Amino acid sequence: MSDKKFEPNDSRASSERSELTLLSQDTDIATAPPTREQTDRIRTTAAKSQGRLIRERFFRHKGALAGIALLALIFLLAFTSIGFAGIPGWWNKDYDVLAARFNEGKPTLTLWPFSLGEHPFGQDVLGRDYFALTMRGTQTSLIIAFIVGIVAMLIGTTVGALAGYFRGWTEAFLMRITDVVITIPTVVIAAAVAGIVAKAGIIPFAVFLGIVTWTGLARLVRGEFLSLREKEFVESAKSVGASSFRIIFRHILPNTVGVIIVSTTLAISGAILLETALSYLGLGVTAPDTSLGKAINDNRSALTVRPWLFLWPGAFIIGIALAVNFIGDGLRDAFDPKQTRVKQ
Amino acid sequence: MFYFIAKRTIISFFIMLAATTLMYFLTISSGDPFEDLGETSGPEKAATIAARTAAMNLDVPPIPRYFLWLQDVGHCLVPGGISCTLGQDRTGADVLPQLQNAMGSTLRLVVVATVLALVLGVVVGIVTAIRQYSTFDYSVTFVSFLLFSLPLFWLSTLLKQYLAIDLNTWLSNPQFSYLTIALIGVVAGVIWAVVVGGDRRRRLMVFGVAAAATALALYLLLVTRWFVNPGFGVVGMLVSAAGIAVLWTALLAGFRRRRVLNAALAAGAVSFAGYLVSIPLLTDPTWLVVVALVIVMAVVSYVVAGAVGGPFRAQAAKIGAVIAVSVSLLILLDRLLQAYPTLSAKAGGRPIPTTGSQSANLAGTFWEINLDYALHLILPTIALTLISFATYTRYTRASQLDVMNQDYIRTARAKGLSERTVLVKHAFRNAMIPITTLMAFDFAGVLGGAVITEQVFGWNGMGKMFVDGIATVDPGPVMAFFLVVGTAAVLFNMLADIAYAFLDPRITLS
Repeated sequence: MSDKKFEPNDSRASSERSELTLLSQDTDIATAPPTREQTDRIRTTAAKSQGRLIRERFFRHKGALAGIALLALIFLLAFTSIGFAGIPGWWNKDYDVLAARFNEGKPTLTLWPFSLGEHPFGQDVLGRDYFALTMRGTQTSLIIAFIVGIVAMLIGTTVGALAGYFRGWTEAFLMRITDVVITIPTVVIAAAVAGIVAKAGIIPFAVFLGIVTWTGLARLVRGEFLSLREKEFVESAKSVGASSFRIIFRHILPNTVGVIIVSTTLAISGAILLETALSYLGLGVTAPDTSLGKAINDNRSALTVRPWLFLWPGAFIIGIALAVNFIGDGLRDAFDPKQTRVKQ
Repeated sequence: MFYFIAKRTIISFFIMLAATTLMYFLTISSGDPFEDLGETSGPEKAATIAARTAAMNLDVPPIPRYFLWLQDVGHCLVPGGISCTLGQDRTGADVLPQLQNAMGSTLRLVVVATVLALVLGVVVGIVTAIRQYSTFDYSVTFVSFLLFSLPLFWLSTLLKQYLAIDLNTWLSNPQFSYLTIALIGVVAGVIWAVVVGGDRRRRLMVFGVAAAATALALYLLLVTRWFVNPGFGVVGMLVSAAGIAVLWTALLAGFRRRRVLNAALAAGAVSFAGYLVSIPLLTDPTWLVVVALVIVMAVVSYVVAGAVGGPFRAQAAKIGAVIAVSVSLLILLDRLLQAYPTLSAKAGGRPIPTTGSQSANLAGTFWEINLDYALHLILPTIALTLISFATYTRYTRASQLDVMNQDYIRTARAKGLSERTVLVKHAFRNAMIPITTLMAFDFAGVLGGAVITEQVFGWNGMGKMFVDGIATVDPGPVMAFFLVVGTAAVLFNMLADIAYAFLDPRITLS
């Protein structure tokens, strides 16, 4: 699903490296020692490791680079501005302190000349500084999204790997469980329990969301395992007596890392949207915690009078989700060059 | 085939059973059903508790309670048995009538949004694949990523707050300044130029023609006050019928075979005659009359086009039927639009509603009632469609590109087939195979999304039943909602598998 042309190599880099390669590959190319002329004619490219190929492909994807930059910026802004876990940040206001409203709580941010002013994102109805509140919400939403991604990755990978490797009853059992969970739309199953879990705090809430969103990854990983387990390297590992555990984790899993990473990235962007949707329904993060979805839900009646209360958290949700989606697209291209279709 | 369906039905049944168990216990353990009574006291409280306990069987332990619920569902599955209620909600009211009320509006929303997203997504996806790496391709890619990243409720609220209000204000006095008309023309020109592509001269020409045509059409629509009294009229219908005939021929058969074009035009003429004949029949019809008319028109066109088609009978007949159905849809649209002025007057001059799924106590003709549904659908449908549209576009594009790089496409080109035949017959059909699977997944996703959309637009649909049920820890409505959603998900997955086997002969059902 990419839009970048896949070029095997750029010419400058390959000519620089060509001599070096020739030295190291001389013996492989021909059994008889080649003459000087012959070696000059043979043009080979430097041997690159798999990791290096992936990195190069990834860094050629401009959308993914922009996504990384945007996500890093949002991370930095959210965690340095109001500080995190007791460490103070550079922003002097707290998100839960009520204050008199300044200029009807309108945002004081001006871009030209750039100045933050007293309340860059304005103040909410109670006079709380909305910049600090949005940053706090961004922190929460990011934490939730990443925990969801990791939990979903662990469960999905394990289920998919076991089902795909062992086949038989294990597969039937695990895949039927997956079918059951997939039958219930994510919003529905999450909403059913989110209300109670969310009261326990954001970490249990995030873990729970991870527990209900692993199904897609499990199916993908199982598919990969089904084809990889028939490969010769698995056969040879078995013949030297490697245990199933070792074959799964040392031999097959590293080959599925692309699918897992890409899918996890997309799970993270899905989690951001899921969390905000649940918080919007009143089933997500509860006070005193706040999240981007909760901030929007709290201020949804204020849209006509104070649109900034609605727009700022929304902009951050879109920013994070967009950045993560672009990174995911770049990773997909990097791990699976077949997906990058060369223009005909 | 039969074996496959039977096997899948049995498996699906057990999956649904397991899913309902999971859902039931999640729901009843999600809170305290008496939470809202915490503050109150006195005899009413005791009475409410007693009534609720009786209605929800709270005096029964959870596991037997689940079986009681299952028994209620079982009554619905056994024909002629005890009356089917799907259990009771906490006030003691039967759930089934509530579900029947709620299902209509939600399914209308979900089906319209899915169909729109599918059609738009597939068309745009195919165009982006054909114009790979063009400006259009890059713009659509960016827009679909943006749509993927939009929170549904946020988009819905924005649509409700800004689009609806501005559109209503504009519709009360539909006028544009010359500058606005020119700007809209320029935008349309740019979009067409980017879509059509080609070298610079061709793009400039497309831009000029499209911009001028759009601006002129808009100007004429405004001058004739079309937005106040919309409709196609007899002349508009004649032109549209001819246009549809030519368009489908271009797409499905090409113009090389004169007989097929003649057959298509004949089908267009038959459809237009059908339009003239059906005018008195359609003043205030029922759905039965409407559907019957569409079928009659399709059959007559099929026969007539087949007869005119001569040696290409089969192809011509099929195209004829497609044309007749397209024109019938246009006729229905025309009648709906004609009902607009009276309905708009009834709505106090603000025709685009922002809440609810239908106007309360609206008495009117068939067309007014259905137009009312349609106008209520506009905003939520836009929100739901935009998000699914992104998925369909991306998948169609990927699938079409995948097919276009296959050897058999090169073979088709090499043996000199026209680009139309290659794209429509060889590439498009095969590219659609993976989309069937996507549809099955997406439909369940859209049903989930409907929960949020209904909340924003204040619909009394299944989504509201679900959210209210969750909030009050009332398993009756929640499970009723889930029965519909879960069955839809299971059923669509099965249908997708069957469709897959039909579309791709390499796959056998076993």
